[in-house]
Amino acid sequence: MKRAFPILAVLTALLLVYAFYQALWVAPTDALQGEVYRIIYYHVPSAWTAFLLFFINFIASVQYLANARPSTARAARWIVIAIGIIGFVAPFIPQVKQQLPTGMYPSSVATTFLIITGLYFVIGKYFVDQDLDVLAVTTAEVGVVFCSIVLVTGPIWARPVWGIWWAPGDIRLTSTLVLWLIYVSYLVLRRFSDSAQTQKLAAVLAVFGALDVPLVYFSIWFFRTQHPQPVIGGGGSMDPRMLHVLLISWMAFLCFAFLVCWSRYRLEKLSREVEEAEALESLLEPAGLAGPSSAVKTPLSRGSK
Amino acid sequence: MTNPLTAPRGAPIIAVSNLVKQFGRFTALRGVNAEFDAGKFYVILGDNGAGKTTLLRALAGLTDPTRGEISILGKKPHEASRDLGYMAHPSLLYDEMSGMENLLYFDKLYDIAGNSRCEQAIQAVGLDAELSRPVGKYSQGMRQRMSLARAILHDPKILFLDEPFSNVDLHSAREMVGLLKGMRDAEKTILVVTHQAALLEGTADEFVWMQAGQIVDRTNHLARGHLAPGDAPAGEP
Amino acid sequence: MRSFWSIALATLTKDIRLEWRSKDALNAMLFFSLLVVVIFVFSFDPLAEESRHIVGGLVWVAFLFAAVVALNQTWARELRNQVLDAYRVSPAPANALFLAKAIGNFILVSLLEALMAPLFVIFYNLRVLGPAWQLIPVALLGTWALVVNGTFFAAMSLRTRSRELMLPLLLFPVSIPAVISMVAATTSILTGDDPAHFYIVLLLSYDVVFSTACLALFETVLQAE
Repeated sequence: MKRAFPILAVLTALLLVYAFYQALWVAPTDALQGEVYRIIYYHVPSAWTAFLLFFINFIASVQYLANARPSTARAARWIVIAIGIIGFVAPFIPQVKQQLPTGMYPSSVATTFLIITGLYFVIGKYFVDQDLDVLAVTTAEVGVVFCSIVLVTGPIWARPVWGIWWAPGDIRLTSTLVLWLIYVSYLVLRRFSDSAQTQKLAAVLAVFGALDVPLVYFSIWFFRTQHPQPVIGGGGSMDPRMLHVLLISWMAFLCFAFLVCWSRYRLEKLSREVEEAEALESLLEPAGLAGPSSAVKTPLSRGSK
Repeated sequence: MTNPLTAPRGAPIIAVSNLVKQFGRFTALRGVNAEFDAGKFYVILGDNGAGKTTLLRALAGLTDPTRGEISILGKKPHEASRDLGYMAHPSLLYDEMSGMENLLYFDKLYDIAGNSRCEQAIQAVGLDAELSRPVGKYSQGMRQRMSLARAILHDPKILFLDEPFSNVDLHSAREMVGLLKGMRDAEKTILVVTHQAALLEGTADEFVWMQAGQIVDRTNHLARGHLAPGDAPAGEP
Repeated sequence: MRSFWSIALATLTKDIRLEWRSKDALNAMLFFSLLVVVIFVFSFDPLAEESRHIVGGLVWVAFLFAAVVALNQTWARELRNQVLDAYRVSPAPANALFLAKAIGNFILVSLLEALMAPLFVIFYNLRVLGPAWQLIPVALLGTWALVVNGTFFAAMSLRTRSRELMLPLLLFPVSIPAVISMVAATTSILTGDDPAHFYIVLLLSYDVVFSTACLALFETVLQAE
C-alpha cells in the first residue's frame, strides 16, 4: 500500500501533463468559440468528478444510517437491489424509452443503475461502520474542492463567449451551485457540531441534500422552459476528437481525485486512531491519579458527577 | 435472571455490565458493573466527576453508552421507558404553566387516563392541585416537588432521581424523603444521586459509592471510614 | 397510532396556549415583519414599471426572513429547564413532537405572512392579473416547505455552536428548489403570463418528500445528545 502511493502519484502527474498537452495543443479549435473553449477540458471533468464523489458520499451516508440496526440494513439492501433491477429493465420498455431525453441511450441509463447498485455493495463490503463515516467526510471535502473548480471555471468560460458571467436559468451550473451550497453546509455542520452524534446528523443532512438535487433540477428546468436563457457550456454533439481529449482529461482528474481522497482518508483514520488511543488511555487511567492536572484536562468537569 | 416483570422483591431488575461512557477524551464511566434489586432504595454517592449523573442518565436512556450493556426489566432503557421515572436538578417543567397544566400535558405523553392521576400526584408531593401560579414563580422546594410529581405521574416501577434535594428547604426535603419511603414500601425501585445522603440515612437500603467512573463500594449504612468531601452534614439544606 | 395524534394535538395546543399567554414574542415578530416590508419598500421603488415582475421574489424573501426569526425560537421553551429530557425519557414517539412543532410554526409563519402580504399589495399597488385563487395553494405549500425543514434543522442546530446561525445555514441550500418554485409561481400568477401548475405540483412533491424524510429521521436527531 505504501509503495503504491508514490507510483500512483507519478502516474497521475504524467497523466495530468499529458491531458494538459492534449487539451491545449492537440485538440482541434472550436469552430464557434475559438481557443477559449479549451477550458471545457477542466470544467466538465471537474463536474463529473465532483458528482461522483458526492454520490459516493450519499451512498456512504445512507449505509451509515441504515447499518445502525440489522433490520434497516437488510431493508436498505433490498431496496437498492430493487432500484437496480427496475433501473436496468425500465429504459428498454417502449413507454419509458420515449420519455428519455434525446441523446441518452437506454443502455447507458441501464448500466448507470447497475453501477449504482454495484457501488452500494462494493462500498458496503470494503467500508464498515466508522469507515463509512470517514469515507463520507473525505468525499465531501474533496467533492467541494472540485465543485468549486466547476463554479469558477464556468463564469470564466461564459464571460468571453456569451458576454455574461452567470445565467440563472443555466440548469447545470445552477444545480452545481446548489450542490456546492449543500455540501459546504454539510462541512460547516460537521465542524460546528459538538454532539457525540455529529456523524449521524451529518449523514441525515447528506440524505436531505440528495433528496433535494432532483427537485432543484426540475425547478430550474421548468423555469428555463418558461424563460429561455443562454445555456453556458452548450449542449449537442461533440467532435469525437474533442470527446477523446475530454475523456483523457477526466481520467487524469479521477486519478488525481483518488490520490487526494486516499491521503485525506488515511489522515482522517490516523487522527481518529489517535483520539481512540487517548480515550483508551483515559479509560485505563487508574483512579486516584485524578487530581488538579486531570481536572484541567477534562472539558466536562464543571458540574459533572 | 428470573422474569423481571413478576420478580419478587429482591430480585435484580436493573443490570449494568461493563458500562463505559466517554465524551471524546474524557471518560465518565469506566466499566461499571452492578445489579439493582426490585423494591429497594439505593443512594449513589461520590465526588464531582465520579460519574453519578452519567450513570443515571445512561440508565434512563438519555445517554447512549460507548460500550457495555444496560438491561432494565429485561429490556433496553428506551424500551422500558413506560416504567421509568426521571427527575433531575433542572425542573423539566414549563415555567409558564401551572403545576396542574404541566402534569396534564406530560400525562398525555404516557397515554394513560387522566386528570385524577395528576391531582393525586400533586397531592402526594404535598402541593395544592388548584394552585394556578406558574411553575416559574415557585420556590425551589415547590419546584422540586412538582418535578417529582411529574416523574411519578405514570406510576413507574423504577425512579431515577438526580440531586432532588439540592437548594431545597429542609421541610420540603423531609417531605420528599417520606414520600419516597412510601413508594419504596409500595415495591418501587428508587435510585437517588445526592450530596445530601444524611437525609436518607435510615430510609435507604443501600449506599453505592462511586469514584472516578467506577463503583468502589456498596454499604448498608452511611459510613465508609470518612465522609466524602461534598457530603453535607445532616440538616444542612 | 391514536396516541401519536393525541400527543401531537396536546403538544400543539400547549404551544398555542403558551404563545397566547405571553404575546411578547409574537408581537415582536409581527413588528419585525412590518419592518422587513418597509425596508423592502424603500429599497425597491414601488412606482417602477417592473414591480409586478419582481414582487413575487420580494414577497417570498421577506417571508423567508420572518420565517427564520420564528423558526429560531421553536425549541426555546423546551431548552429551558431541559424539558426535552422529559420528552426523551417518555415512551412518546419523537415525530409526534416534531409534527406538533411544525404545525405550530406553520400557523405562526402564516400569521406573519397574513400581515405582510396586504402591506405589499398596498405599497406596490398590486393587482393580480392571473388566477388569484392559485395564490392560496402556493402560499400554503410554500410555507409548509419552509417550515417543515426549518423545524427539523432547528432541532439539528440545538446540538451545534452558533445555533441561530446554523439554522438558516442548513435551511437555505435545501430550500432552493422550493424558493424557486414559490417565486416563479407567484410571479406567474401576478403577471398572468404563464401557468403556475407545474410549480404547484413541484411544491407538492417537495412537501411530500421532505415531510416524509423529516418524520422518518427526527427520532435520530432528537436522541442525539
